[in-house]
Amino acid sequence: MTVRRGFTTTGWAATLAAMIRNGEVSAREVSSRYLDAITELNPSLNAFTTTTVESALEQAEQVDRLVARGEDPGPLCGIPVAVKDNLCTRGIPTTCSSRMLDGWCPPYSATVVEALRQAGAVILGKTNMDEFAMGSSTETSVYGVTHNPYNLERVPGGSSGGSAAAVASGMAVVALGSDTGGSIRQPASLCGVVGMKPTYGTVSRFGLIAFASSLDQVGPFGRSVQDVALAYSVIAGYDSMDSTSLKVSFDGHSRFLQLDDSNISTRGVGNTLKGRLDGERASSAVAVAGRTTGTVQVGSRDLGIYTDEVLNAPVDGIRVGILKEISDSIAPDVHRRVMEAAEALATLGARVDEVSIPELSYALPAYYLIAPAEASSNLARYDGIRYGLRVEDEDVVSMMSATRSSGFGSEVKRRIMLGTYALSAGYYDAYYGQAQRVRTVLIEAFLRAYNDFDVLIGATAPTTAFGLGEKIGDPLTMYMSDVCTIPSNLAGHPSISVPYGTGDDGLPVGVQVLAPALGEPVMFSVAATLERVAPELQPPKLYHDGSLYYKNAYLQEADR
Amino acid sequence: MNEMNQYRGYEPVIGLEVHCELDTATKMFCGCSNSFGDVPNTNICPVCLALPGSLPVVNSTAVEYAARIGIALHCKVQPSIFHRKNYFYPDMPKDYQISQYDEPINVDGWLDLPMSGVRIGIERAHMEEDTGKTTHMGGGGRIHDSAYSLVDYNRAGVPLIEIVSRPDIHSAEQAREYVSELRMILVSIGVSKARMEEGSLRVDANVSVRPIGSDTLGTRCEVKNLNSLRSLTRAIEYEIVRQVELLETGEAVVQQTRHWDEAGGMTIALRSKEEAHDYRYFAEPDLVRVDLGDERIDQIAAELPDTPEKRRMRLMEVIQSVESLPSDSVGDVGYDNAAVSDGTDTRQPNRVGNVITVVEMGLDHLVIAALEGGVTADRALSRTLNEAAARIEDADKLDPAAYTKLLMMEQDGKLTATQAKAVLQSMMDGGGDPELIASTMGFEAMDSSEMMDIVAGIVRDHPDEWRRYKNGEAKLAQFFVGQAMKITRGKANGREVISMLDQIKQ
Repeated sequence: MTVRRGFTTTGWAATLAAMIRNGEVSAREVSSRYLDAITELNPSLNAFTTTTVESALEQAEQVDRLVARGEDPGPLCGIPVAVKDNLCTRGIPTTCSSRMLDGWCPPYSATVVEALRQAGAVILGKTNMDEFAMGSSTETSVYGVTHNPYNLERVPGGSSGGSAAAVASGMAVVALGSDTGGSIRQPASLCGVVGMKPTYGTVSRFGLIAFASSLDQVGPFGRSVQDVALAYSVIAGYDSMDSTSLKVSFDGHSRFLQLDDSNISTRGVGNTLKGRLDGERASSAVAVAGRTTGTVQVGSRDLGIYTDEVLNAPVDGIRVGILKEISDSIAPDVHRRVMEAAEALATLGARVDEVSIPELSYALPAYYLIAPAEASSNLARYDGIRYGLRVEDEDVVSMMSATRSSGFGSEVKRRIMLGTYALSAGYYDAYYGQAQRVRTVLIEAFLRAYNDFDVLIGATAPTTAFGLGEKIGDPLTMYMSDVCTIPSNLAGHPSISVPYGTGDDGLPVGVQVLAPALGEPVMFSVAATLERVAPELQPPKLYHDGSLYYKNAYLQEADR
Repeated sequence: MNEMNQYRGYEPVIGLEVHCELDTATKMFCGCSNSFGDVPNTNICPVCLALPGSLPVVNSTAVEYAARIGIALHCKVQPSIFHRKNYFYPDMPKDYQISQYDEPINVDGWLDLPMSGVRIGIERAHMEEDTGKTTHMGGGGRIHDSAYSLVDYNRAGVPLIEIVSRPDIHSAEQAREYVSELRMILVSIGVSKARMEEGSLRVDANVSVRPIGSDTLGTRCEVKNLNSLRSLTRAIEYEIVRQVELLETGEAVVQQTRHWDEAGGMTIALRSKEEAHDYRYFAEPDLVRVDLGDERIDQIAAELPDTPEKRRMRLMEVIQSVESLPSDSVGDVGYDNAAVSDGTDTRQPNRVGNVITVVEMGLDHLVIAALEGGVTADRALSRTLNEAAARIEDADKLDPAAYTKLLMMEQDGKLTATQAKAVLQSMMDGGGDPELIASTMGFEAMDSSEMMDIVAGIVRDHPDEWRRYKNGEAKLAQFFVGQAMKITRGKANGREVISMLDQIKQ
């Protein structure tokens, strides 16, 4: 392996961090290269809505100073990152891509943003998104659409389309997004990168501008499972500022680099961890079920062992279920890739079988009652009184009304109306109440399936990237884009999308790995395995000289 | 007058909703200071301003205070969840209030009214947060015609407990008694300042009337803006009469929210049932279930300062043991008013009233110390309710042992009443040993033979009065006592003077 291999703007987080830590390259040089890439590519992609050149270079220089003094700046040492624009960044505009918050600068940073900084990451800017994270194509942004790096006429997916496109195009090494119904995984799938939604409660929501509180979870994008696992280990952890935060313990920087569990058996990491976590799984599953929330006292546990051992763990003996219901509603070319992925796992010794969870068919309707209901309440605060847009009118009531009419786009208004209706007196039981009961039923169905399987797999999205403008006029068709991803949000379970070849149109396909609550380790093991065996995915051809090139870090290791 | 006939055959049915601000150091869901009267918008943060991305975290002290209230009101204290109550209002930062709905922390308790002895059911006492405070500038101070409005968010997020009574109250006077007793409970268990004038205790009244003997409830009106006990009783009285008059003239009471206009002395319709908000309650997804656990609840109960009810019972018990009265003539204060109303012991109603007042003033510890030190109940109550109560702040600092000693000195005749009062004032000025103070003031007990000479002299000098006194005009005793006081400059003991007059008479 040549040291400068892949280092233009295509370094993998752990490798690049090690290079910066060892002084092989300065953080400043790395950030400059990435900022140059943004300058060159962003005009055609519109992935970033704000870039923070000055503060990025300052952060990079600070990292270099620490390195010069012989200190370790952290696991993301000098790594350029992008942050979705619904995560508060102190003094940096945080807008949710909405006219309502245009230009609003929060006086505080989200816990996850602080965690990135403390881990040595360099924040390059804020990324475009569907307005208030409501959408599956990044077309509802007030700042215009983001384009798919693989085909500028296609959507990047959404709502975290900007973060997905930034990572796919090499404008950032890793990026943060938020996932309420698939908003990380679906754009990851459409843009050919890895994207993960963590177990609800393992990543703080403090500073994440709420869409649907019981479903929202912050998660990372990266070009490899390893990058995503590394970024996750940085942002995960208990936060006293978020009452739904789980008390899961991590032990500083070593959590990724060192293995501290001597009980890893030859049967594979997943099964061993499953045994360890089994006792707590039921209670945490209830804890994320919203209405039936239990007192969260999960106790001390160490999930932070995303080591090479975890990522390289063999999958033989691991029980993999192919989700029938997800397979039924997807395009044939996407389905073919899912079946190939399953076969590959079977070849490696996994016990693969099809599994049916009929309750999954109720997930989409339940989601479109619960999410808008919570959103209708969460978005009430944008009333023109304290911050953001104010449209003056003759009295306070009409001012509030005028502000909200003007500040919100039509998709946001549609969901506020849906949610308000679902919670109204006389309709609550039939809609919101019923949807919550469905949620409980769904969690129970998942738990039954996990008696027989360690992970479940399926497509991440029904199709590859669709055309700009293709679905924006038809909300119901657009909502169907999330049919594969929504169940994990309702259950509070972790899920990851890994690129697995392309569809008939040559665009990336993602395979989704679902795991039970706190099942991240086994999820990462299976995802990393899929990544190793996946058909090679060519990078998007965005540069004239074709210099943007990357492929799986582990294959490169093996090639050497 | 018989209450039943007061309203032309109608019986008022009243339920009260009392909002009480908890006296915690910080707000309900953030770390901002909870204090009244600070410069506007100085105790604020991203959470209580509802900045995007902020999240609430429950104040555990507020939960414990809520449990104290539940225990003091004999409620079941249970695991609870928070709900969002959604409605738009400029002084409510999130445009929803975090409150409790169908699973509140406290349910099914009661409160006994000390004077009337009536038991009022408590439906629930739940946790919620206060709103900010809006001042409408111009246009008579109402939102609709004001030029502009100013909002102070210092109060936004202050912990509140809403205590909802059952409709067991049947007069304005009972309502006043309920609020007064509830206020005393809240103060004595250390959870709130409960000051109506500062808004830390706010009352809404649900008032309806029905024909006496009817089991069904009439249509109710909710009366708001009751800022004092006086406006509470006036508003309820007004509302009862208004509703009775409507029914008597064949009209129906319309379910409404009404505003009490203190200056006009009337209630004014704010909004009808049809215009009422649909609050779209749903479980607050940003918070988890609050469960103190039985162990913690037991501990809070064990550490709970005595409620006024318990303190009254204790004081009554001590009085009873001092006076050796049969227990059934004393009755259980606050539980049974038979003893006070059946007229068998005329002293009892007065005793009950005195006991209530002493406890209300928070001076029961002084009375109990005095009684246990041998002071008679009359003397202990009288000195406490007259002299001590007049300077309540200073009286609170009195050393119970020194206070007892003073009262014993008076009782033993070492000090006259006048002297004792003077010593007490001095003790309240700056404390000290009563004996020392008395001697500094020159209050030495008079030699009784010297006193006898003085009394004999007074009798000689006032033959007319003496003849009338001897002929049975008992009230003239005070005349002789007064003369003795004058001559001795207050050192004379009134009772001793009278007994000397009796000796001379014989």
